[in-house]
Amino acid sequence: MIGEFSPGLILIVGALLVPLLRGHLRSAYMLALPGLAFWYLLGLDHGSFGQIQTAGTTLVTLRVDKLSLIFGYIFLVAAFLGVLYALHVDDTLQHVAGLIYAGSAVGAVFAGDLITLFIFWEGTAIASVFLIWASRTETAYRAGLRYLVIQVGSGVLLLAGAIVHYRQTGSIAFDHIGLSSLASWLIFLSFGIKCAFPLMHNWLQDAYPEATVTGTVMLSAFTTKLAVYALARSYSGTEILVPIGAAMTAFPIFYAVIENDLRRVLAYSLNNQLGFMVVGIGIGTEMAINGTVAHAFSHILYKALLFMSMGAVLFRVGTIKGSELGGLYKSMPWTASFCIVGAASISSFPLFSGFISKALIISAAMDGGYFWTWLVLLFASAGVFHHSGIKIPYFAFFAHDSGKRCDEAPGNMLCAMAITAALCVLIGLFPWQLYALLPYAVNYAPYTVEHVVTQMQLLMFSALAFTVLMRTGIYPPELRSTNVDFDWFYRKGGKGLAVATGGALQTAWDGFVTASRRATRQVIAGIYRHHGPEGMLARTWPTGDMTFWTTVILAACLILAYF
Amino acid sequence: MTAISAQLPALQVVLPLLGAVLAALMRRGTPAFALTLAISWTLPFISGALLYQTLTGDPISYRLGGWEPPFGIEYRVDVLNAFVLMLVSSVGAVILPFAHRSVASEIDEDKHAWFYCMYLLCLAGLLGIAITGDAFNAFVFLEISSLATYVLIALGRDRRALLSAFQYLIVGTIGATLYVLGVGLIYLVTGTLNMHDLSTRLVEAYAVYPQPVLAGLAFIVVGVGLKLALFPMHVWLPNAYAYAPSVVSAFLAATATKVAVYLLIRFSFGVFGKAVAFPTLTVTDLIVGLSIAAMFVGAAAAVYQTDLKRMLAYSSVSQIGYITLGVGLANQAGLTGGIVHLANHAIMKAALFLALGAAVYRIGTCKLNDLSGIGRRMPLTMTAFAIAGFGLIGTPGTAGFISKWYLALGSLEVGGWPLLLAIVASSMIAVVYVGRVVEVMWFREESPHVKGASEAPLAMLLPILVLAAATVYFGFDTRATAGIATRAAEMLIGGLR
Repeated sequence: MIGEFSPGLILIVGALLVPLLRGHLRSAYMLALPGLAFWYLLGLDHGSFGQIQTAGTTLVTLRVDKLSLIFGYIFLVAAFLGVLYALHVDDTLQHVAGLIYAGSAVGAVFAGDLITLFIFWEGTAIASVFLIWASRTETAYRAGLRYLVIQVGSGVLLLAGAIVHYRQTGSIAFDHIGLSSLASWLIFLSFGIKCAFPLMHNWLQDAYPEATVTGTVMLSAFTTKLAVYALARSYSGTEILVPIGAAMTAFPIFYAVIENDLRRVLAYSLNNQLGFMVVGIGIGTEMAINGTVAHAFSHILYKALLFMSMGAVLFRVGTIKGSELGGLYKSMPWTASFCIVGAASISSFPLFSGFISKALIISAAMDGGYFWTWLVLLFASAGVFHHSGIKIPYFAFFAHDSGKRCDEAPGNMLCAMAITAALCVLIGLFPWQLYALLPYAVNYAPYTVEHVVTQMQLLMFSALAFTVLMRTGIYPPELRSTNVDFDWFYRKGGKGLAVATGGALQTAWDGFVTASRRATRQVIAGIYRHHGPEGMLARTWPTGDMTFWTTVILAACLILAYF
Repeated sequence: MTAISAQLPALQVVLPLLGAVLAALMRRGTPAFALTLAISWTLPFISGALLYQTLTGDPISYRLGGWEPPFGIEYRVDVLNAFVLMLVSSVGAVILPFAHRSVASEIDEDKHAWFYCMYLLCLAGLLGIAITGDAFNAFVFLEISSLATYVLIALGRDRRALLSAFQYLIVGTIGATLYVLGVGLIYLVTGTLNMHDLSTRLVEAYAVYPQPVLAGLAFIVVGVGLKLALFPMHVWLPNAYAYAPSVVSAFLAATATKVAVYLLIRFSFGVFGKAVAFPTLTVTDLIVGLSIAAMFVGAAAAVYQTDLKRMLAYSSVSQIGYITLGVGLANQAGLTGGIVHLANHAIMKAALFLALGAAVYRIGTCKLNDLSGIGRRMPLTMTAFAIAGFGLIGTPGTAGFISKWYLALGSLEVGGWPLLLAIVASSMIAVVYVGRVVEVMWFREESPHVKGASEAPLAMLLPILVLAAATVYFGFDTRATAGIATRAAEMLIGGLR
């Protein structure tokens, strides 16, 4: 051991020097940082290092074991790819924020106690919001603010949970916690927000598509996967995660199908993929945890690849609405083929990365006797293929020709996509290399006849369904509207009752929103009335009033002392 | 050498007191400044030596003029007041280099020597309150420091400074009067003024005359509470800090209220601790209630201030609430948190006021809108401001987090959830008032005032950077702050009935 510090610090401290450099030197330097951290990681032994004594407790800033190592590896790979993809951008803010964000995520992975985790947890929140704000539009600013509030709120819950946990157990170790006490629920909630559990997921679809072209690639890799890591560390085998995860895999599919903004489609499918991992954590067997970790590993790569390809389209064409794209394979053949590799991976085609990782989770669900969950996962797999495997490449690069012609993506983008695509294929071809890194020994062969055939059946029928729907015109066309929400269900449902209920609910909701807005405004006005510059509690009192209050307090003290 | 080291407690006070006289005789600003600087930089060594002695051995008892303790005045230094002495003298030493240029730009030239005279007098008074073991002697020093403070505030450029000083004079005098009435009451029933002696004699006296003893405690708590600006007796503070010269704001915010808090701790735990069970008294609940009110009212008022010095002053009201909350919790963790925050808040607030002082020196105003975009013109100063501001919020990695951590633990021990929630919620308001300023300073277009401004001169910049660095340093290495505070709290809790 040469030094005992978190590898995340290499990126964070390194990022601070980026503004001093220019041109190729800066590019080389930024690419070298994740490389340097990776090299440092390779030299680490298992154990707890970097301990700091403070305020009566011990912080463990560097806890190395198989689980943290594999997440460390993939985070650094993702950081490298993200930097490479963004090299052409001449915006120091984005580069610095991206590196600090990645560094914080790596630091959080190696945190051995809840306080260190909290510090890096908030680090990811604060650094990443700049990737959203870097779009420098009004919508991005607002989306970023919402994102920040939710992310920081998650951190505050974590801290509150950590303090209560410390009071109850006298320990702040970041280990298995399990759902038992109030503290564990607080921490669970904090992780859940960051993991985009159902009903807490909106920040993801809200913020990610507003980030910059290159920022989204970074965002897709770290925040949610950090939450998956934290859940796997502290809540493996927690039964409630199975239904939560199953719901996560299923419900985003419907939104993804009707969404027109292709980056938002990817955000929904990101949510759906997280569901698989959450199910794996909930099952909690060795195989399921292995599956979760492996899936996180391959997911980071293919999701980044998809976001990269869509980013390249956005960068060249200037829009990412499915309704305005099409036929781009002529202009951007390389991007199109990389996108197809990503699509094949996320859809778990045999020989691609998703196939060998998702299979572990689905098999674990079957072995664990979770029949219904297993069914939902199968359905979700078909759905993923549908909206990410077919819809994304189809609408962007094929479909009817939009007549748009543009240049191929810049070299550094292509380079990043090529490496990512290569990794996706390599993992699919040589799964044992990945399996060897997993926390537990793997006793599973992905390429059996039965598995391959089942998967192909699933994919083929899904493709068939898509084709039939497209041919018959039932498939929701490339909607020009940008905002399709809940109301889609009761409009298409066609049932008067549904409409009526929906309408009533809408009215009630509107009323509630208006009322609460008014109430909030009144509360704020009330606070201002008392605390504002002219308010009772903030203006200069006459000396007599001060004396009066002193007398009141003295009287109160005397009365309280006597009785 | 031993001859000097035996006289250290007296030197701690005599040195600035004599310096004040000399500074007045000098009549000119620069030599007076040099003298003040020399004295200010000597004092931390003295208090450091005292702190070292008390940490390694028994409390030091120094007989002034050689009179036996219960009759003559005794200077008694234990871990708690050695810590406060160290704090006051170090903060004084760090911020003084800032004074020369700031005073030169804010105060008329013929008053410079008087300024340093008053500054030293104030310092002597504050150190005297902290060091003395005699209840009445503490009153004398309280008056010395207060009178000097009134003058220092009145030296501010703004004409409202005069009114603020006058108002503080009246209110401060009432506070001191209440204090001396309380001391008089307990003198009546015990016949002694020596704090150490009082703590044992009050036990018998309380058994015979419980009511005068409790009344004495009430008078002292309210009198001292006024001096430390406990809500709702805080109203003198925002004006006093806002209109005083920059250095004075920083110095007073970091030291004056802190010494008053020390007095509160000393009396409630040290003097009355053995006789009445302080933690069980309803007065304690009153302190907790008022502290929580202060945390919220101060923070909420700070949110709406446009004059940033006033904003920091209201934030002080809120932060003092945290300190007195720790005192009111009256358990090991809470009291440790209170004492740690005493030091941490002093460091952070001094940094913030000095950073504003530097801005005033460069652009002549500290209104929020005038400062927009100043972060790019004075990056080092305003980075320090942001760091210290994050400290106020209690961001991990800063000293403020350490204080709040202990306070949270102490709150959970007694009040449970609602108290913890109050601490977190009021910190959230701090996010608003700090964040608002940082946003304006760094992310807005430059205002016309800011155009052409440059980084603060080195002598002003260094104190700011040192304090900001200390904010971060004490967020990680807590041996010097929380370590000593834990020992002081152990001593105080151990001395309770």
